[in-house]
Amino acid sequence: MPCVIPNVMRMKTSDEALAVAAAGGDSSAFSLLVERHYDRLFGFAFRLTGSRADAEDLTQDICAALPVKLNGFRGAARFTTWLYRVTVNAAHDRRRRMASHARAADGWGDWEVNRRAENNEAKQNLDWLTHTMATLPPDLRDTVALILGEELTQSDAADVLGISEGTVAWRMSEVKKHLRRIHEKEAQS
Amino acid sequence: MTDKFDDLDALKAALRAATPAPDPAKKAANLRVAEENFTRAQESTDAARLTSDRPETKGFMRGVMSMLKSISMKGALTATTSLAAIGLIVLVVAPENKGLLAPPATFEPIVSTDQDTSQRTQAEPVVEQEIAADEEDAKKEVQPSSNANAPSQTLSLADATSESAQPGIFIEEPIMAEPVARESASIGGFAAAAPSATRERRVEGFTADAIAPQPEENTEAFSNEETSPLQITSENPVSTFSIDVDTASYSVVRSSLMNGYLPDPDSVRVEEMVNYFPYAYADPEGDVPFNQTVTVLPTPWNEGTKLVHIGIQGQLPEAEERPPLNLVFLIDTSGSMNQPDKLPLLIQSFRLMLTELRPEDQVAIVTYAGSAGQVLEPTPASERATIMEALNNLSAGGSTAGQAGLQQAYAVAEGMSKDGEVGRVILATDGDFNVGIYDPDELKTYIEDKRDSGTYLSVLGFGRGNLDDATMQALAQNGNGQAAYIDTLSEAQKVMVDQLSGALFPIANDVKIQVEFNPAQIAEYRLIGYETRALRREDFNNDAVDAGEIGAGHSVTAIYEVTPVGSDAVLTDALRYAPEPETNGTAELGFLKLRYKTPGEDVSHLIETPIQQDLGIVSEDILFASAIAGFGQLLRNSTYLGDWTYTDAIALASGARGDDSFGYRSEAVTLMRLAETLSSK
Repeated sequence: MPCVIPNVMRMKTSDEALAVAAAGGDSSAFSLLVERHYDRLFGFAFRLTGSRADAEDLTQDICAALPVKLNGFRGAARFTTWLYRVTVNAAHDRRRRMASHARAADGWGDWEVNRRAENNEAKQNLDWLTHTMATLPPDLRDTVALILGEELTQSDAADVLGISEGTVAWRMSEVKKHLRRIHEKEAQS
Repeated sequence: MTDKFDDLDALKAALRAATPAPDPAKKAANLRVAEENFTRAQESTDAARLTSDRPETKGFMRGVMSMLKSISMKGALTATTSLAAIGLIVLVVAPENKGLLAPPATFEPIVSTDQDTSQRTQAEPVVEQEIAADEEDAKKEVQPSSNANAPSQTLSLADATSESAQPGIFIEEPIMAEPVARESASIGGFAAAAPSATRERRVEGFTADAIAPQPEENTEAFSNEETSPLQITSENPVSTFSIDVDTASYSVVRSSLMNGYLPDPDSVRVEEMVNYFPYAYADPEGDVPFNQTVTVLPTPWNEGTKLVHIGIQGQLPEAEERPPLNLVFLIDTSGSMNQPDKLPLLIQSFRLMLTELRPEDQVAIVTYAGSAGQVLEPTPASERATIMEALNNLSAGGSTAGQAGLQQAYAVAEGMSKDGEVGRVILATDGDFNVGIYDPDELKTYIEDKRDSGTYLSVLGFGRGNLDDATMQALAQNGNGQAAYIDTLSEAQKVMVDQLSGALFPIANDVKIQVEFNPAQIAEYRLIGYETRALRREDFNNDAVDAGEIGAGHSVTAIYEVTPVGSDAVLTDALRYAPEPETNGTAELGFLKLRYKTPGEDVSHLIETPIQQDLGIVSEDILFASAIAGFGQLLRNSTYLGDWTYTDAIALASGARGDDSFGYRSEAVTLMRLAETLSSK
């Protein structure tokens, strides 16, 4: 029977060590780890999804699945990188599962867009951030969430997303172009 | 021109500023779930070992709609013929419910994308990508080397999901195979946990109202009273109330549960939950507009008491015989209606309703927001294109001037109705009545006057956050109409299509119920629900006192819980100095009296019938109504239920679903399951 280390004694234990201990069945290490990262996780989930409710769902999904997921953590990567990866994947899953619902709601979506185009007042009130994020393709949005939201380096973001650093750099330049287009449109109207 | 770099910084600042802090309660709950699952995972690593040698289709057929499940990596990668699977939370929305949860008219069955299909192909060695990514080290240790190995993993995965579901959370056998099951199996990770239902109504990602994280102040107001107290028969043998055919409370409860939280106990009106469901009570014979069926049955939550179930079935006149309708849609187009589940849903709802109208029916549209205006002149329902165009042109903006709109709508309705025709204003709002008549009593009086002059009012509520349930109730009650809350297109289908004639054609007005219990037989009784509908004893015979209406084909249910004299369940002690209750020697439990007015008449008719011991045959309808009554009381935290739980309610309701051709009852069972989980947090 392994001896239980009280959590007050490991406030400085690294994430990785905690994760490995948790994967080995140490429940207090697990609790400490989840508590330590919960806020970050939620914030990232929000930046990925753009809605509080979705972020909450996503965070809940991940919390519930984390104990088993953690069995796959071997300490090869940084824990935060690993957690971001798990989160991005989970967000993808959600998106895919919701794609059909989104289709079902397309009518309203279109209606919204058309109405917005007509209604000048509403257009002015349109939140720039919402608009920007909503019009970004999902993979660019993920990249933005990691680089701008979480302030990851391009190399770390590449790690999380499982793509090359060059691709991350390219994606960010796409985001800049996108922003410029929005800006120009604003300037015109 | 702005510098590109600046733009990125601006985006970064905005993004970080918009990110809300996590909700502490949810955080605590989520952490707890994580810990519980951790413990469970530790236990089941040793416990659940499944073999993969069952027929391949089995796992597929037993797949579930959505689930949270995982697989122990060690087991999966080291074992060739078996694997340890750890099931976590499995929430299953039975496919038959699916259509209810999401708008059916536009709902597309969930089909997999091409990408998914290829992932799913059995021949491919499907090792979960995510796992592979997570698990580089482990992969090095044990390569899933052969094709023979890999498919068996996939297979086991599907098996495992249904086999290894842990007790304690939702488990339901899938009714039929759905592609989705495979989808989530092959994705291998985060399928839905409990509040998945909320997703049904949410569009992915950054929808219009999404990113600015709402907390708009919640200004909902619910109308409710204290739970009807226990009555001692010898002290107070007579119970009087008005029937209630509203269903808004059930929809509000559903909307709360679907969004992942237990409803405000005040929003739960048990009788409205019970009356939400259609029941097939015995049809009336002869000239009476409705028939009452009284049944006495054991109480599910208390062995020592009985339920007296009163079911009233309204007759359903032939649809062809109904008089032409004159409908005025009074539509709130204030700024707050500018949300997908408000104005757009409203427009879709009315669109559904149009298909039910006959050519000679007439429709007009009045809007109110800032200034009230008639958007559509009275138009025959045959000119659907004109009506649709007017509906589609509606847009939200401005503040609400409820009363000015109301006056205009009544004026239009009065102009439309010829003698003997039904005129009705259908008010659709998210709850704003903040301009015009401030005094609710004055507003009520106004609506009452109009009711007496022949124009009725129904109220449809849309959206949450601002819902003024109390005002809705008051207006509809006084307008001889129904208050319904529309949260999904399927609810619109129920209210405005399936039960349209019931909603628009009253067959009996001012229906009151009075029950006198026999103190020699019944020691105590209490009425379940109807708190907001209680009447004074003398009101029963007073035809000037307003009460509820029964619409064509409607059924209304009222349930008493009664405690027989001498039962262990009697809660009060007999009085030492009070005389023994006198008995006239009858074994009757009580005496039921009903009063109603035929529409257009001022004088009420009386129906009387004794309540006998062990009366009537207990049908599935009656059991289901009892289950819902119990469910509603659980949501209200009633103290009368003892150790009866959601689990019991689920068992009772599941067994009494009957035909359930519209799927309402299955949906209710789903809600009970949600409530069970949410309440156990």
